[in-house]
Amino acid sequence: MAEAETVMGLHQEELQHPELLHHFADAEQQRNSASLGMWVFLGTEIMFFGGMFCAYLIYRHWYFGDFGAASKSIDATLGATNTAVLICSSLTVVLAVWAAQTARKTLLVTMLTITMLLGLVFLGIKAKEYSDKFEEHHVPGASFSFNNAPLPHHPGQYANPRHAQIFFSLYFMMTGIHALHMIVGLGIFSWLLCMSWKGRFTPTYYTPVEVGGLYWHFVDIVWIYLFPLLYLIDRRR
Amino acid sequence: MAEHTASNHSKSSPLKLYFGVWATLLVLTFVTYEVSLVDLGPFNSVVALVIASIKATLVALFFMHVWHASEKLTKLVIVAAVFFLLLLLGLTMTDYATRPWS
Repeated sequence: MAEAETVMGLHQEELQHPELLHHFADAEQQRNSASLGMWVFLGTEIMFFGGMFCAYLIYRHWYFGDFGAASKSIDATLGATNTAVLICSSLTVVLAVWAAQTARKTLLVTMLTITMLLGLVFLGIKAKEYSDKFEEHHVPGASFSFNNAPLPHHPGQYANPRHAQIFFSLYFMMTGIHALHMIVGLGIFSWLLCMSWKGRFTPTYYTPVEVGGLYWHFVDIVWIYLFPLLYLIDRRR
Repeated sequence: MAEHTASNHSKSSPLKLYFGVWATLLVLTFVTYEVSLVDLGPFNSVVALVIASIKATLVALFFMHVWHASEKLTKLVIVAAVFFLLLLLGLTMTDYATRPWS
């Protein structure tokens, strides 16, 4: 008898929330599980980027001055602008999640659109930065050249181009993988925009918006660390 | 658990918090950009990384809803991930930083 009631109860729940999978007790448990799964994935992403940060730290320790000189050649203002752009996009993401929680469809669609536009602005500024580096021959490879760059705090000495090349390898690898994450994020957000437009999200079911938002914020956090390590390490004097 | 649901959010609007965190992040970005021009010796890197960590923590706690809406299990995953990252960086650097011959 009690068992039959439970089964009936489950059916009731399923009818009210068609998105609820049968192995979850309620919408909240399903949402928490999705969020936990996303955080486990982000844990693997932390270790993935962690390997590159570790390589950076080792070489920064070995070639301290050369890294400073190489870092100086990158436009820190473009980097700071990109940081501000990403922070603004994180705000629009969190507002999108709030809009989905409170059933504001127009706001949700608007916020997702602004987020994607800010993502494109970020990639545009990044492209400008990369093209500057190509023109200056700072791209590691056959045409790399980094001569006569004064070594910070050592008057009359110059940075070793081979060591500077390692800085630029790390710079292109780290910002490149980060930019790739941004492009994947734009893909996820176009899908979210499409689903929001169709009105698929409700205050009981907005998991894709929440989980996609977690991904976007994580990419923002990676940039928050890349910005000081690549752009700001030797601006003084 | 039940008191941590999204419906709890809509009771008191979190918008003020979101905009406050956003403004703090922008101010901190400006501060770290400007302070990098001041010569603090070895403390330039320390200040830059401390500011970056404050910003990352703000994003995680308030934008990624770790503070209000996460389960304990989720928090455990986050703490474990950060712990293993610090283990990776910490143990590697104690090695490389204490090699007198390199």
